[in-house]
Amino acid sequence: MAKVIVVTSGKGGVGKTTTSASFATGLAMKGNKTVVIDFDVGLRNLDLIMGCERRVVYDFVNVLNNESSLKQALIKDRHTENLYILPASQTRDKDALTEEGVERILTELKESFDYIVCDSPAGIEKGALMALYFADEAIIVTNPEVSSVRDSDRILGILAAKSKRAIDGAEPIKEHLVITRYSPKRVEMGEMLSIDDVTDLLSIPLVGVIPESDSVLGASNSGVPVIHDIESDSGQAYADVVDRFMGVNLPLRFLSVEKKGLLSRIFGN
Amino acid sequence: MMSFLDYFKGKRKPTASVAKERLQIILAREHAAGSAEPDYLPALKREILEVVSKYVSVDKNAIQVNVERDDNCEILELNIALPEHKKELAASN
Repeated sequence: MAKVIVVTSGKGGVGKTTTSASFATGLAMKGNKTVVIDFDVGLRNLDLIMGCERRVVYDFVNVLNNESSLKQALIKDRHTENLYILPASQTRDKDALTEEGVERILTELKESFDYIVCDSPAGIEKGALMALYFADEAIIVTNPEVSSVRDSDRILGILAAKSKRAIDGAEPIKEHLVITRYSPKRVEMGEMLSIDDVTDLLSIPLVGVIPESDSVLGASNSGVPVIHDIESDSGQAYADVVDRFMGVNLPLRFLSVEKKGLLSRIFGN
Repeated sequence: MMSFLDYFKGKRKPTASVAKERLQIILAREHAAGSAEPDYLPALKREILEVVSKYVSVDKNAIQVNVERDDNCEILELNIALPEHKKELAASN
């Protein structure tokens, strides 16, 4: 049975699209037929992060409005087998995302995919609500920072009240926490909320911690999801997220502070 | 307050613990508010007030809407205080 997974956070700029791209790529690398959908209608960016921006012909809204078939709009990823991207529309069409329309597309996708990853826009407006409405599981992306934690908490409330599963009284959406932009050094100095702080506050199971890393910007610069950067700590941390999501028990990594020598302390990083 | 000397010693107030405390308080409060008040309530209140205002001049604070939950039912309670003396109201407006 195909699973619908929403990647959401409430707050913008915390790494939803980065996480969606790497998570979907990781699922596909494991042999799962995976599609990742950009729900940010009007502000599409998943195509850039996935590196397929020049191959967008039709988009999500075209399919919703029956202007193209799903097959025409799906973009096959060039780096990874089993991976497809459904880009958002760039024109702002608020009313395009209807419950019926989204349901129709998801139902059709469920026939041929194992995982449907929904990259939610920021906020709690229509796009974000539609991204989470049909979800079976949710990945909550949170930075160890006050506004992100509060907004994640708010989103958890919405998942529990406004999702289809909640309204139907079905089994609740399974929630997974991904903490991004984590800096062990700043946590050690008492400047940043720790993993325990964030998990205490949100009280949902942790599926991974992505360390603050230059490689994330490098990956978005070049349009290759950071999970492909197997040398980088954040790439490996995303690979761990995928493994844990699929039930593998792995210890957390990249949480200790690198000890620097005197020279690098003086001359910087 | 951080002293001048503390700055050079590298001692800082651990702001992470402040952040956690603040979040604990605000999340608890928002959870309590969330369970007590459905989110249609503000709009409902506004619209009822609009309708009532068509016929009677009422203060916007004169309306109280409460939702009470029992084990198996919810009670929506509406209270609108009507002005006692029209003359006074006209004068105050």
